[in-house]
Amino acid sequence: MLLQGSEIVVRTLIEQGVEVVFGFPGATVIDIYDALLAHKEEIHHVLVAHEQGAAHAADGFARATGKPGVCLATSGPGSTNLVTGIAASFMDSTPLVIITGNVATTQIGTDSFQEIDITGVTLPITKHNYFVEDVAELADTMCEAFVLACSGRPGPVLVDIAKDVQQAVGEFEPRPAVVVEEPSLWDVSQLEAAAACINACHRPLVYFGGGIVAASAEDEVLELAERVDAPLACSLMGLSAVPTAHPRFLGMEGMHGRYAATMAMKNADCIIALGCRFNDRSTGDRERFGAAVHIVHVDIDGSEISKTTSDDFGLVGDVRLVLAALMPLLEQADHRGWRELVAKLRADEASQTDTRGGLTPRSALIAADATRPRGSVVVTDVGQHQMWAAQYLSFDRPRSFVTNGGLGAMGFGLPAAIGASLASGMRTLLVVGDGGFGMSLHEMATAVSVEAPITILLMNNGTLGMVRQWQTLFYEKRHAATTLTGYRRTNYVALARAFGADGMRVDTLEALQKALDAAAHVTGPYLIDCAIDADELVLPMMAPAGALDDIIVRAEDVR
Amino acid sequence: MNRHTLAILVHNRFGVLNRVTSMFRRRRFNIESLTVSETETAAYSRITVVFDGDDGSKEQLIHQLYKLPDVVMVRELDREATVSCELLLIKLANVAGEPRNDILDAAGAFEAKIMEYSRDAIILRLVGDTQLIDNFIDLMRDYEILESCRTGVISLSRGKSTMRDDIA
Repeated sequence: MLLQGSEIVVRTLIEQGVEVVFGFPGATVIDIYDALLAHKEEIHHVLVAHEQGAAHAADGFARATGKPGVCLATSGPGSTNLVTGIAASFMDSTPLVIITGNVATTQIGTDSFQEIDITGVTLPITKHNYFVEDVAELADTMCEAFVLACSGRPGPVLVDIAKDVQQAVGEFEPRPAVVVEEPSLWDVSQLEAAAACINACHRPLVYFGGGIVAASAEDEVLELAERVDAPLACSLMGLSAVPTAHPRFLGMEGMHGRYAATMAMKNADCIIALGCRFNDRSTGDRERFGAAVHIVHVDIDGSEISKTTSDDFGLVGDVRLVLAALMPLLEQADHRGWRELVAKLRADEASQTDTRGGLTPRSALIAADATRPRGSVVVTDVGQHQMWAAQYLSFDRPRSFVTNGGLGAMGFGLPAAIGASLASGMRTLLVVGDGGFGMSLHEMATAVSVEAPITILLMNNGTLGMVRQWQTLFYEKRHAATTLTGYRRTNYVALARAFGADGMRVDTLEALQKALDAAAHVTGPYLIDCAIDADELVLPMMAPAGALDDIIVRAEDVR
Repeated sequence: MNRHTLAILVHNRFGVLNRVTSMFRRRRFNIESLTVSETETAAYSRITVVFDGDDGSKEQLIHQLYKLPDVVMVRELDREATVSCELLLIKLANVAGEPRNDILDAAGAFEAKIMEYSRDAIILRLVGDTQLIDNFIDLMRDYEILESCRTGVISLSRGKSTMRDDIA
């Protein structure tokens, strides 16, 4: 049948099962918006306040569901505003389809009004991108974009569509949803050698990242840990893949990882690394990382093998399939001495626990965690609160922790929480600092518009805390440009009310509990302005480019 | 550090060269030469890359290339099993009244072809491997080189096999 290009765009979205699109209209996407209006029963469009919010919200939706998130923006500033959101998705490998309008093909290349070469701009931060200049290619390109975004290692794919292509009429054949590439094994030539290495080791550690979540390989990971008698540790992106309460789970390791996890990494003689990329925040100084340890690295992306570490064995493929192939080669292990050492590390960690009474980052997060519904999603922004959340919160199902790891984009939290809460339909806990909240607080308007069920735990320490922490520790307490108290005069509860939401300021644990209970009975967003001391540190802390055992554990060690 | 030559078959589409070179740039691969051209089929272009690096960075480069959806096939070309060459054009000053026999003798020895011989300039063309061309340019430094350009290496593996054979 013959359809207008804009109609083809919306029909392909419906075919792919897209239920929600986050976007903001403009001159070069009016036609797509026109088609969305005609299909408003099938696709829910969420109007955001700023296009960056559209990208983060679509990303939050994708992280919470595993389905591709979709966002839509106009040419020029609309598309450039997406850039941070696209980069956040790219760095954490989340499936995102970004649709942008562009000026008509007759005007491309002439610097016309709101013309930007967005495929050029996003070249290094997309898995792939397309500029569609012929309506005949539109449907195929849209489908290809979904296949690419979701296949293999997921990522953002941008489709830039010239305005006259949206207005042109082209042939459209209805088709079923695209089939994502079957998971496959790419290179497991070292399978037997890797198995031999694992069988011969005495202190194995199973270390996983976000790739486990992408591949839904949680069960296989636990099975592996049982077989080789290993503790489990993860990167920030791996959190929530394994229940926090699992007896083998030590938590996140790395710069602000939990003590036992980081020390287990240091003491292991074989790291079985699954779906992770050994980021610098995980390894510390790479010269001193892994020198005395064998690394078996499994990833779907062959370029991750030995990219930053000296991996002894690389197994490339879907991690579920690789583990299925590996398991029969592994002997049931019993590493009693190692279990005892890990138990001691855990006891050491327990003795370091911050047991201060009153309202502290830990007590605030534990209270918020206890109040949230089982299986609900936690979203964070970026900074100290993010690391506290990673250390203190407890997760019971995969995809219940949404955070921006690789890019570390402040401002991610609120819009991502909108996407995640709409995806899950459950009250979502957003943990955010006052610095990051300021970068996207305009999305309160969106949260109110769609009654997004979000409890916003604003950990307000009146400072840009993570930078302040570095200044405290490494810059002789010269707190340049990080002190907000006395500089800004924002009243966050009044701000929430101005947007049409409500909130409460709390500076005791009891008041926080009352506020959490109040939030649970609200339909839309609810803001809790929670007082946190400006001098709170995220600990433990491995010094930047320090070694794994070069850890600051207690606040007393600093002062 | 070793010198590696890779042949890359890519979809013959607008902007593909930009995608490949953008990746080299942002990942800081040390590219010595790069050529791109059409091939025997309209569907593909062929990029030949010569770069210096250890085996690890070569593996990394190949993996990163395969992450680009427009890259169809990458093959490392082994020097022994490959026919390679590049093309040099070099323009030298000609000065009226001075004998130029030494330049012409060198050109003859290298089998360079004289493309222009005018009152004020000589343009020579030389085809050969990289070392031969380096040597010739070095020799010509004794005279006044006005400008020069070279294509970078192109390579084909010996024997009947082609890169297209390997495309599943």
